[in-house]
Amino acid sequence: MAGTAIIPTRMVLNQLKGRLKTARRGHKLLKDKRDELMRQFMDVVRRNKMLRERVEEGLTEAFASLQVASSIMSPEMLEQALLYPRQSVELGMKYKNIMSVNVPVYSFQTKNNDPTEIYPYGFAQTSGELDDALEHMAKVFEDMLELAEVEKTMQLLAEEIEKTRRRVNALEYVMIPDLESNIKYITMKLEENENATKVRLLKVKEMVLQEAHNYKQ
Amino acid sequence: MGFKALGLDTFPAENASEAGKLLRQLTHESEEEYAIIYIEETFAQQLSSEIAKFKDSPSPAIILIPGREGSIGLGLQALHDAVERAVGTNILGD
Repeated sequence: MAGTAIIPTRMVLNQLKGRLKTARRGHKLLKDKRDELMRQFMDVVRRNKMLRERVEEGLTEAFASLQVASSIMSPEMLEQALLYPRQSVELGMKYKNIMSVNVPVYSFQTKNNDPTEIYPYGFAQTSGELDDALEHMAKVFEDMLELAEVEKTMQLLAEEIEKTRRRVNALEYVMIPDLESNIKYITMKLEENENATKVRLLKVKEMVLQEAHNYKQ
Repeated sequence: MGFKALGLDTFPAENASEAGKLLRQLTHESEEEYAIIYIEETFAQQLSSEIAKFKDSPSPAIILIPGREGSIGLGLQALHDAVERAVGTNILGD
């Protein structure tokens, strides 16, 4: 806001010039950051979309085959078969830094590496459909894990982009124009003062000369 | 139910309020114990304010999955929301 409580002195002018320089540099940096974040974000979004579609499809399939299994087996039997898992999953989480945004990276380890270990029951009393269902689920689960990672990354990036965008806009449309107009105000004021001084000096000189040569008398 | 066989911890819920209670329990009491929580879309629909709280924190990740009845598109909606938040408009074109 031009004209509010800025003192038109050279010192303030220098300060403002410094701030303008910093603001310009910050603006450029933030703009670059925003662009790079956006590029990363679009990649993540595309991946997320693909994964989500795959997961939803896979899960629907898995639930469908589970449905078949449960219609063949009695509910008690089904529950019993799945009651105690043989497999257990250990989920590790680390953080990765994307443009100063901390995003999680998951790593998961199953206790047993044998893929057949997902069946926690004997095959004698269960139907083959249940095996199918579990196989589907095991396959989908890998995608689900990746989906979790990608989706969280996307959310965090979205937040960061929003913040950065706000900052860029604040700098571009508020801070920098303000500083510029203040600087202009001060320069003009200083020039005006200078002119005033010059005129005054000329006038004084005239008066002094007049007095010295006694033009009037 | 099937996920239990894969070694995940499952917490069955009958309805949305029960699911909400479980969700609060999992996120508050056992700090940092679960990094990813999968929740069915049908429940998530009624718990959106609870879920939104975790959107900006790195952990836990709450991921919507379609329930038994198939997808109701809430997961994709979340994606669109994020895009809209970041870009300002929906640029995916659907």
